[in-house]
Amino acid sequence: MTSRPRRLLFFLAIVLIAAFSVLPFLWFVATSLKTQMEATAIPPTLIPSFSLAFYRSALEEYHLLHYLKNSVIVAGAATAGTIGISLFAGYALARLPLRRKPLIMGSLLLVAMFPQISIAGPVWQILDALGWLNSYQGLILPYITLSLPLGVWIMTGFFRELPRELEDAARVDGCGHLQTLFRVIVPLAAPGVFTAAILVFIYAWNEFFFALLIMTQQPYQTLPVGIALFQGQYTIPWGEIAAASTIATIPLVLLVLLFQRRIVRGLSAGAVKG
Amino acid sequence: MAILTRRIHYPSPRRRREGLFAAALLFPCFAFIAIFAFYPIIHSLYLSLHRIVLGLPGLTQPFVYLENYLQLWGDAVARHALTNTFLFVAVSTACEMLLGLAMALAINRGFRGRGLIRAAVLIPWAIPTVVASQMWRFINNDHYGLLNYLLFGSDLASYRAWLADPTFAMVAVVVADVWKTSAFAALIILAGLQTIPDELHEAARLDGATAWQRFTRITLPLLKPALLIALLFRTMDAFRVFDLVFVMTQGGPADATNVLQFYGYKKMFAEGLLGYGATVSVLVFLVVLTLSLIYVRFLGRGLMEERP
Repeated sequence: MTSRPRRLLFFLAIVLIAAFSVLPFLWFVATSLKTQMEATAIPPTLIPSFSLAFYRSALEEYHLLHYLKNSVIVAGAATAGTIGISLFAGYALARLPLRRKPLIMGSLLLVAMFPQISIAGPVWQILDALGWLNSYQGLILPYITLSLPLGVWIMTGFFRELPRELEDAARVDGCGHLQTLFRVIVPLAAPGVFTAAILVFIYAWNEFFFALLIMTQQPYQTLPVGIALFQGQYTIPWGEIAAASTIATIPLVLLVLLFQRRIVRGLSAGAVKG
Repeated sequence: MAILTRRIHYPSPRRRREGLFAAALLFPCFAFIAIFAFYPIIHSLYLSLHRIVLGLPGLTQPFVYLENYLQLWGDAVARHALTNTFLFVAVSTACEMLLGLAMALAINRGFRGRGLIRAAVLIPWAIPTVVASQMWRFINNDHYGLLNYLLFGSDLASYRAWLADPTFAMVAVVVADVWKTSAFAALIILAGLQTIPDELHEAARLDGATAWQRFTRITLPLLKPALLIALLFRTMDAFRVFDLVFVMTQGGPADATNVLQFYGYKKMFAEGLLGYGATVSVLVFLVVLTLSLIYVRFLGRGLMEERP
């Protein structure tokens, strides 16, 4: 494996993989930094002049901040809700005597896998009946439901790896179930909570299908809906779309760069242990 | 010791209390899933047996037996969407598994800058699908797109509207999906690779096995559970492709990229045919349920074989 041509080949493969992953998006970022002239030049200009005109236009004419605010509210609340609920459920599934655990875990997996369309109509009807279409809670509640399987799976896996002696010691010291949970388990769960929170946040930040159904009015729309429906008067505003896309992606790229180990571990949780 | 004696003396009340506590902890989770997931699935079945048109409150919503299903059976567009969906799932999943395996094998080898490559690979996975869709739509653009530029340079006469061509539109959607999600497959496979002990490869090498033999006789068999899990998740996720189609092609041209989830969405929310749309959604659910049961059977067996 140390022969030179082989090494070169391996190096080439790595470079290709990295280029394939990063270059298309870098080109979109470059587009967002062009002037109108550069963005609509034929053939395309490769190097932008780092103009912020499209960002200004996206903020002022396309109300980018407004979509950003809605996304922060919805994704933030959905993450908090999911984490709270899956913390308890995960502890119960990992530690307490329950019958039919495999069935419970399996049905959670089913919820994580079925296509959104198979629940879309009735979910829309429920929210319509409650008057919650075009409201934050109208989107937060389905998001919590659909990200619960992910949250519960990660938390269950995490609690299983915590040593049991800690709880036993707490019991011996006379702590009840609730006390053990809040005084001993919750503080220890921070790393698991954090991993689950990152993944749930990314899910909620990126979700489009339900956002499109439920938020039909512009004041409540989230970033993905805004970006999908950006429309100029006569043409497609590519520069503004690219600018909004870059802004929507920055938080995610930061999360990936800062926490890639956690993300990798969270995503492959259960995959290794089976 | 204290715990031991307590367990021996009062086993049953304590267990019952623990069971109640567990049920209380699980209750919020199941309340959500019952209301927003299980009930909607069952209610879709009810809706699919009725004729319901949204936005016409004066209209009655009669029970029509299997009329919607008969209509679906004869619906050429739905059949086309079904074929497209299977085609999309098969091709994109196969490409993602192969590319994911290649990525995982590359990243698994120790080299400097490995963390950087792993982060680079994760970026497409983290990008919102809508953003990736707009990006690929722009890349395929007939005037300003990168694809035309890379292929034809400044020979403007050759520039093509890729997404207006039925075949290329499907290819473009598959490419966008492969770009976005191969990293996910790679991560699952990578996790599997890291459980394979180096000693096995070492021993095989001493016995004179070639790199290819070691790959097919050691790596692949031991990787089977991870590969199956990646395959399961990717297949199920590919089945609900929607964002890419909505943004890049709107199902066109001429329904060439129309897929089931998009078709159901259009019937329900663009045309307001809630009953008929629900019929489509029942079909999609049954297809996915059947597939996942088949996978889980294989997965169970695959995992059993790994147990020593």
